[in-house]
Amino acid sequence: MPILVTQFLADLTRVARVLGGGGHVLNACADRYHFTVGLAASLVSGKVSLLPSTHTPEVIRQLAAFAPDAICLTDEADCGIDLPRVPFPREATPFSRLEAPVPVIDSAQLAACVFTSGSTGAPVPYRKSWGRLIACVREEANRLGLSGSPACAIVATVPPQHMYGFESSVLLALGCGHALCAERPFYPADITGVLAAVPRPRILISTPIHLRALLESGIALPPADLIVSSTAPLAQQLAAEVEQRFNTRLLEIYGSTETGQIAARPPTQTPEWRLWPGVTLSERDGETWAQGGHIEQPTRMCDVLEVTGAERFLLHGRVADLVNIAGKRSSLAYLNHQLNSIAGVIDGAFFHVDDSRASHAGVARVAACVVAPDLDAARVLQELRRRIDPVFLPRPLLFVARLPRNTTGKLPQQALRSLAAAHLKSA
Amino acid sequence: MRPMSDKVSPLRQPSAPVSAAVLMREVAGLIVEALNLEVAPADIEPDKPLYGEGLSLDSIDILEIALVVSKQYGVQLRADSEENERIFGSLRQLADYITAHRTK
Repeated sequence: MPILVTQFLADLTRVARVLGGGGHVLNACADRYHFTVGLAASLVSGKVSLLPSTHTPEVIRQLAAFAPDAICLTDEADCGIDLPRVPFPREATPFSRLEAPVPVIDSAQLAACVFTSGSTGAPVPYRKSWGRLIACVREEANRLGLSGSPACAIVATVPPQHMYGFESSVLLALGCGHALCAERPFYPADITGVLAAVPRPRILISTPIHLRALLESGIALPPADLIVSSTAPLAQQLAAEVEQRFNTRLLEIYGSTETGQIAARPPTQTPEWRLWPGVTLSERDGETWAQGGHIEQPTRMCDVLEVTGAERFLLHGRVADLVNIAGKRSSLAYLNHQLNSIAGVIDGAFFHVDDSRASHAGVARVAACVVAPDLDAARVLQELRRRIDPVFLPRPLLFVARLPRNTTGKLPQQALRSLAAAHLKSA
Repeated sequence: MRPMSDKVSPLRQPSAPVSAAVLMREVAGLIVEALNLEVAPADIEPDKPLYGEGLSLDSIDILEIALVVSKQYGVQLRADSEENERIFGSLRQLADYITAHRTK
């Protein structure tokens, strides 16, 4: 059942009434329409939406310290988030079919706060103003070739709380006059089902993981008018196959939580990414910084980027410390901090595992070595699960007598991998 | 070479139903192989949850399992099915679901 703008306006007014007097809303709604109503209700009441990348107890505790007045808006009966919970009011609001006034939001208004994990345990907040968020997705619409096109139906396999899903489904619909689908389809049969059920033109916002699953599932793929991929670079061959099997064009988006999206490329035509206008990259001490355009402040990028021309660059992978699993980002430093803060852990370190098969799909996992003679694996994993997103749980977690630190106390990644390889062989 | 034909063994008949225990072992093997897990298939406990606390699988793993299950048994999983939560409740429930819905 399509939802009209008048219904949306009535719904946001109703939800705005239950959000209370605080200034911050953790919008945990799983349904993309509920999430969008919650976002709009927060905007019209001057509240900031908090969008952490994960909802582990430790992150929620830190979020409560960051914004003591935060409430959690949820549409799930078994929501376990430890904040004052406001259930999404489900009853339909009566609405008039007459044009209701569309609220006007000041472009300088603080709309959302997103977080990266930082390296010392405390999440680092990035504040997003409404005007810059919308400027960014309007350029996205240009790049995707949607300017002047009829309204599209947007189907997304990524959650609305993730920066990519937030921009490319929720904000693209709100800011550029498109329609979004409330579902977040997961299995290949779900994705093709939702896609086939909405009118064309329709867009699939997805990731290498879901696209690979779709191709390999062997089920019939409904035509799409555009496919967008982000969170990890798509292998050239997979990209070509997606275009061929869906009989459509594919665009990839590059961005980060801090900057939002800043570049796009048609991967079957060029490996080069083209920046949003006004965004520039500069080198400083071997690191790449992005600034300008919609970016709130100069930001160090966590990938190795090679500037190849005005507005253009190549992506050469992540910087050594970064961990990116299925679009969830962390750093080895942060994971190490969490591991070492467990009572009973004497020393411990995460490291990247070489696994070309997994990294092809953007799901290369991390492993860890730990010195903890009084703990067992179940106990360490249970403690980690409270602190970090499950995608970062170590595979494997190895118990060792000591870590291969060098004379300066440093721990080369290669030494960890060798230790792990020797340990696994003897096991 | 032993003069033995496939035809003499009733177990080799394609129509013979696969016992639940055999299928569970087979599915456990597929999971371990697809996810590169450190455990032996026989060590996956039949009635422990596959998600979270039990085997510690996450949604990326579940998608991967769905893919091998669709290839091997022709079963397409769907999240909107009411049974979905139950299917991944344990190895036994996953195997039961496959038995009931397999097309190959």
